[in-house]
Order: sequence, then C-alpha cells, then structure tokens
Amino acid sequence: MRQWLNDRMDLDAVVSFAKKKTVPAHRHSVWYYFGGVTLFLFIIQVVSGILLLFYYRPGEDTAFESIRFLMSKVHFGWLIRSVHSWSANLMVLAAAVHMFSVYLTRAYRRPREITWVTGVLLFYLSLAFGFSGYLLPWNELAYFATKVGTDIAGSVPFVGGPIMELLRGGEQVSGATLSRFFGFHVALFPAIFTVLLAIHLLMVQRQGMSSPIGEEKNPKARSIPFFPNFFLRDVLLWLIVLNILAILAVFFPWELGVKADPFAAAPAGIVPEWYFLFMFQVLKLLPAHVLFLEGEVFGVLLFGTAMTLWIFIPFFDRQSQKGQRGRLFTIIGLAVIIFILFFTILGWVML
Amino acid sequence: MSDSVSPTRRRTLIWLLRTSGTALFAALVYPVMAYLKPPKVTGDAVSSVRVGAIDDFTPASGTLFRFGNRPGILIRYEDGSFRAFSATCTHLDCTVQFKKDAGIIWCACHNGKYDLNGRNIDGPPPRPLDEFDVIEKGGEVFVTEA
Ligand code: FES
Repeated sequence: MRQWLNDRMDLDAVVSFAKKKTVPAHRHSVWYYFGGVTLFLFIIQVVSGILLLFYYRPGEDTAFESIRFLMSKVHFGWLIRSVHSWSANLMVLAAAVHMFSVYLTRAYRRPREITWVTGVLLFYLSLAFGFSGYLLPWNELAYFATKVGTDIAGSVPFVGGPIMELLRGGEQVSGATLSRFFGFHVALFPAIFTVLLAIHLLMVQRQGMSSPIGEEKNPKARSIPFFPNFFLRDVLLWLIVLNILAILAVFFPWELGVKADPFAAAPAGIVPEWYFLFMFQVLKLLPAHVLFLEGEVFGVLLFGTAMTLWIFIPFFDRQSQKGQRGRLFTIIGLAVIIFILFFTILGWVML
Repeated sequence: MSDSVSPTRRRTLIWLLRTSGTALFAALVYPVMAYLKPPKVTGDAVSSVRVGAIDDFTPASGTLFRFGNRPGILIRYEDGSFRAFSATCTHLDCTVQFKKDAGIIWCACHNGKYDLNGRNIDGPPPRPLDEFDVIEKGGEVFVTEA
C-alpha cells in the first residue's frame, strides 16, 4: 500500500522533508506558535461555517429567523454558532499576535517578503470576514454597524461613492446588502483566502523558520526538530485553545439580539467589534475638520495609507535586509502597538 | 526557432497578442464591473408620503416614518406646528431618534445631537439634517421632497 502510494505521490520526499525541518530554539521561541494557532482557528471557522450553512437562509425576511431557529430548535445549533463567533474573534487576536511578533523579530526580512505580504493580506481579509459576517444575522447592531462601516468606505474621495454602492448593492443597506455580504463571506473571501494561505504556508515550508537577527549569528544557536518535538507542542497548544474556545462558547453564548428594522432608530450603546474599536475611537475623536478635509475623510485616508504601507514594510526596512538590527522599525512597531492598545482601551472605557 | 522568424514578424505577432490580450481583458472586466453595479430600482423614489392624521401626533413629539426606502422623522412642536427631516444622520448614516427629555434629535451611534430644527449642535455630525416639506391637508400630514 505504502509502496503503491509512494510510486504515485513520492511520499518519501515528504517524510524526509519533515525529518529535516527544525525550529530554532531561543528565548523568543514562544512566538512561533501563534501562526499555528491562527491556522487551527481558521480550520475551526471553515468547519463550523459549513455547518452553519446547512441552516442559514440569507435574506431580509429569513436570515434572522433562520438563526433563531438554529439556536432554539436545532440540536447544538447555539453551540455551533457560538463557536463560529468566538473562534472568529480568537482568530483575529491570534493573527494579530502572530503578525506583530513577526514584525518585531524582523522575520519579514529578506528573503521572506512574500510571506509577509501574503500574511498581511490574510490579516486584512480576516477583518473583512469579520465585517461581512457580522451583518449576516440581520440584527439591529449588525444593521447599523454595516451602515456606519459602508458609509466610512463611502467617505473616501472620488472612489468612495461607487464603492459604497458596490458594497451595499444599492443606496441603502438592505436585503441586497445582505446578499452581497453573504456572497463575500462564504464564497469570494474564502476563495482568495485559500490561495493566499497556500502561498503563505508554502513559503514558510520552503524557507523554514526565521531566526531573530541576533540569534542567527549566535554560534551556540540551538534548534529542535519540528517532528515530533515542535509538532507535539503545537498540538498541545491547539488543545488548550480548543478548551478556551469551548469555555467561551458554552458559558458566554453569542447573543442574537433584536431583528433589524431599517425604519427604527439606532439603538443606544452601539459599538463595533473590538478589533475595529480603536479606529472607531480615533474617528470619533477627530475634529470635524482637519486641514481642508472633513475629519472623517482625513481619518479614513490616514488609516488607509497606514494599512497600505504596512504591507510593504519589508521593502522599507533596508537595514534588516542586510541583516542588521535597526532601532527605527522597532520604534515604529511599538508605536503602532501602543497606539492601537491605547485607543482600544480608551474606546472601551468611553463606551 | 527564433532565427526563422523575422524581427518585424515577431513584433507584429507580439503586438497582436498584446492587443487581443488587452481587448479580451477589457471585454471581461467591463461587463463584470457593470454587473456589480446595482441597477436603479424604480419605486424607490417617492416624492410624497402621507404620514398620518394630524391628531395622531401629540405636541412635542417626534415620529419616525418611511419616505420611500429612507427613514424620515416628523417633529411636532409645542405650538402644534410640524417640520420633517430625513432621519439619516449626516455623520455616518445611522437613524436618529427624538429625545423628549432633552428636547433634541439624537443619534445613538456616536452621540450626535441636533436641535429640533435639525441643526447639528453637538457631536460628530458635520451638517444639519436634510429637510422635507410638510403639508397639512384635510386633517392629514403629508411630507414631500423639499
Ligand atoms: S452616525 Fe450619527 S453620530 Fe455618527
């Protein structure tokens, strides 16, 4: 049997590759686990998402009702939905940790630029998953969050108007918007995500793990075999994550809320998901006019530019390309993290 | 192989390939882009709606109503007169509400405040609410596009 497969798939090559693969061991090693955790949560998203699809019925008149049915009548329906929502949040968190640890250890440096670029795009796509999935239950909070979110997209000069209409499928957030977001969430984004993820993982496998700059030249640098040593630790961590997820999903089941009514006023206490909170807070604090622009437009352009530049970080960081550790990019990274944390907390306390 | 093709011929071929490639691309992209742009649905646009009987509205109240596919808000002042505004917040599109205790029109999304004349007085909204015309006829209130 093995021989039969081997003749067709060259299993030996895979096995010998797995045997050779090692993971550097040093005091920053803990960060190596977060990519795997993100991947694990993504797999949970795919599985739970497919399960939800069996009962979910998109549409203004059916979406909310189908989820209520799922949560009240279907065996473990509440659990599957709760897992999907919680895992989405944990995935964004794990991906953020992964991204910033990669940033601070300069693992993006030559020759791993492609891994970084695809990684950042995957991260942005995760946020887009979050945003598009949020609307699908068609509840009040989701409805107004989508109004605000798409209106922000609409405030971009020149292209904003058409983009907003493209997202909404009309001038207003309506059933047409729901159809579109459903399409994005279950078809378009997964398709793009899969391709990027394949490139991302392939690059990681081909190039192996990056060591932090100081560690690389350290003569006493150690490493452990990926298989089974690192792999087993990975699996252990996945189990822990699974348990955390189960606890969250069971004890803090995801609420369904009130069905959206396009002709009702926005409810008090409306906030975006936590990972958009810092942007929300900044936009809220910006004055009505900055320079010659509306505050809103200024903020959107600012975030847009920052997010675009972030993709190309490896190409700006010349020093790390040469294998030198520069202060500047550490400071930038820390500043970004502090900025995000600060405004997230501020947004939290000012709720 | 390359020796057997004259440079001019090669150039022509490349030119043809590029042009048809571009044409093919355009021929695919244009319909898709046009497809994604939602068509204008007729019936969305209304120019006048009947909101209700005058007596349905108590003085010092605000009521949301449908204006086509948009929400509107009808304010009845202490003195019994009416004004109507679009209920879509000029900040980021949330739907505003009448706050009786504070005597304002309020947007819950980012705490935007308007006075009862629709003027933005506090919070992020950059502009006053758009106004509709109110017509009282035969004991009923009608609202039309200003
Ligand atoms: S949408 Fe009304 S204050 Fe922001």
